[in-house]
Amino acid sequence: MATLEIKNLHVSVNTEQGPKQILRGVDLTIRSGETHAVMGPNGSGKSTLAYSVAGHPKYEVTDGEIYLDGQNVLEMEVDERARAGLFLAMQYPVEVPGVSVSNFLRTAKTAISGEAPQLRQWVGDLKTAMNNLRMDPDFTERNVNEGFSGGEKKRHEILQLELLKPKIAILDETDSGLDVDALKIVSEGVNRAKANTDLGVLLITHYTRILRYIKPDFVHVFVAGKVAEQGGPELAERLEAEGYDRYLKASV
Amino acid sequence: MSQHGIKEHSHGNVPIQTRSERPRSTSVADFEPISKLQEIWRYLPIDKLRGLDADVMAEVADSDFELKLVSGVTHRYVESTDSVVGSAGLPEDRVSAAAWTNASKTLVIEIPADFSSSEASFVKLSPAGVSAKAAHLVVKVGNFANATVVLDHVGLGVLAENVEIVLGDGSQLNFVSIQQWDQGASHISSQFARLGRDSKLKHVVVSLGGDLVRVTPTAFLANQGAEVEMFGVYLADTGNYFEHRPFVDHIAKNCVSNVAYKGALQGAGAHTVWVGDVLIRESAEGTDTYELNRNLLLVDGARADSVPNLEIETGKIEGAGHASASGRFDDEQLFYLMARGVSESDARKLVVRGFLNEVIQKIGIEEIEQRLISAIELELERVGA
Repeated sequence: MATLEIKNLHVSVNTEQGPKQILRGVDLTIRSGETHAVMGPNGSGKSTLAYSVAGHPKYEVTDGEIYLDGQNVLEMEVDERARAGLFLAMQYPVEVPGVSVSNFLRTAKTAISGEAPQLRQWVGDLKTAMNNLRMDPDFTERNVNEGFSGGEKKRHEILQLELLKPKIAILDETDSGLDVDALKIVSEGVNRAKANTDLGVLLITHYTRILRYIKPDFVHVFVAGKVAEQGGPELAERLEAEGYDRYLKASV
Repeated sequence: MSQHGIKEHSHGNVPIQTRSERPRSTSVADFEPISKLQEIWRYLPIDKLRGLDADVMAEVADSDFELKLVSGVTHRYVESTDSVVGSAGLPEDRVSAAAWTNASKTLVIEIPADFSSSEASFVKLSPAGVSAKAAHLVVKVGNFANATVVLDHVGLGVLAENVEIVLGDGSQLNFVSIQQWDQGASHISSQFARLGRDSKLKHVVVSLGGDLVRVTPTAFLANQGAEVEMFGVYLADTGNYFEHRPFVDHIAKNCVSNVAYKGALQGAGAHTVWVGDVLIRESAEGTDTYELNRNLLLVDGARADSVPNLEIETGKIEGAGHASASGRFDDEQLFYLMARGVSESDARKLVVRGFLNEVIQKIGIEEIEQRLISAIELELERVGA
C-alpha cells in the first residue's frame, strides 16, 4: 500500500522574464490501486505538476510538500524518486542516440531493483510485455526514442511502466497524438499494471477520450495552477459535454 | 608538376574563397610554407609537426606495413611514376605534396572486378619511429566489386600520408581509417576518393590517439549516381589534437553525400577541429547532401572548433543541409535516464557511450566495432567519465 501526498504545492519556472508562478497550491493524495484523472485546459499547469513530482530541474518548488509513504520526495534526487517507486510516463520522451532500447531497459531495471535481473527471467518478461503492447521484437535493437513514431514512443513509455513496476505512475498526456487502436493498446498496458501491481495512477489528460479505457476513481479539474473542482467519474462526463469554458470564464 | 592546366598562382594574402580554386599540385614548391595565417593550418599546433613540415623526409619501409588481406584481394608496390598513382586526387597542401614527392614507392591494394566479401582486409601501418616518414597507398576497387578495407595506424610514428581510393563503376567499398597512435605520434593524412558511376563509398575516420592527427578526406563525386557516406568518431584526451576536414566535391548529377562526425573531449587542453566542406558545382544537378558535426565537451578547458561550409553553384538540387553543435550534456537526456532510476554518473556514462556509439554502429564491421567500443571504454574509464 503506497500513498503519494501532494500538499499545497507551489511551483515556479524560470523564464527569460524571470520566475513565473505555475502551480498555486495543489493538494492531491493518490493511493495504490486508485486512478486519478487530472484534466484541464492548456497552460493550466498539468504537465508542470507531473515534472515537479518527478523532479525536473527546470521547475522550482517554492512552497508545499510531496511525500511518498511518509518520505520527503522533495529532498530526493530525480533517480532516487524513481527508485522510491515513482514513475513518469513522458509526453515528449527524448531521444538518447546510440543507446539501444534493450540496453536502456536493462540499465533502468537494474537501477530500480538494485541488482541486475536474472537473464532468462528478464528476456521472458521483456518478450511478454512487448508482445502485450504489440511491439515488434526488433524494437529492442533500436536507439531509445530515435525515429520512433508518436505511438511507438508512448508504447515504449508504457513498456517501461510494466517492466519497472513502480508504486505510483504519473502519465503525462500519454493519450495525446494516439489513434484509437494505439490508445486502446496503451490503455490495456496501464490497466494490466494496475491489476498486476496495484499501481496508483495519476492520469494527466486534456481529453476525456482515454477515460473510456482507463476508468478513473477521481477526477480533478485543473485551472490556473490549482484544482478548481473534483469529483467522481461523472465529472469527466460533464466535461465531455460542456468543455472547460465554465472554469475559464470563472477564472477570468 | 601542375595538373589540368592549373598553374601555380599566388593568392597573396587574400584567403581562398571557394574550394574549387585551391591549387592542386604534387610539387612542394607550389605551396606556401605552413603558417597559421593560412586557413587550412590555422588551428594546427606547429610544435607537434615533428618534421612533417619538411620538404625532405624518409619513407616508410615495407616492413612498417602488416597486411591481412581477404583471399582474392592483392597487393603490390609500384613506382611513383605508375599510372595508378594520382588516379584519385592530387595534393592540396604542402604536407601532402611533400609526402607525395618523398614516397618513391606506393602500396597498391587491388580488389578485382565483381569481387564480393563482407570480410575486412586489414592494412596496419606502424612506422615505429620519431622522425617524419612519407607513405602513399592506393586502394583500387574494380567494377561491381564489394569490399571492406581497414587502414590501421598504431604505435609510434610521425607520418605524412596520402591515401587514394578509386572506386570502379557500380562498386561498393567500406573503408575505415583508424588513428590509434601512442603518445608522441604525429600524423597528417590526405585521403582522396574518386567514385565511379553508381558506386558507393562508406568512409569512416576514427581518431583515438596521437599528439597531432589531421585527416583530410575528400570524395570526388565525378560520375552520376555515386553515393558517399563519410563518418567520423573521435575521443580526445589531454595532449590530443585531432583535426578532420572532410570535403565532398559534387561534380556529377544525381549524387548523394552524407557526412556525420561526432567527437567527445574528455581532457583539459584537448583540442578538436572539424571543418566540413561541401561544394555543389554547377554541373551537379540533383545533388542531395547533408553534413553534421557534434561535439560533446566532458570537461572544462577542452576546445572543439566546428565549421561547416556549403557552397552551392546550382539551384537544381534535391537537398543540401548542414548542422553543427558543440556543448555539454543534454539535461533532458540526463533527466529522462534519471527518471528511470539511473544515477547521474551512470546516466552520463550511458549518454557519452551512446553519443559515440551512434557513429560506431554505422561501421558495420563487428570486429572493428567491438574493438573501438572497448578502446573507448578504456579511455573513458581512465578519467571516470
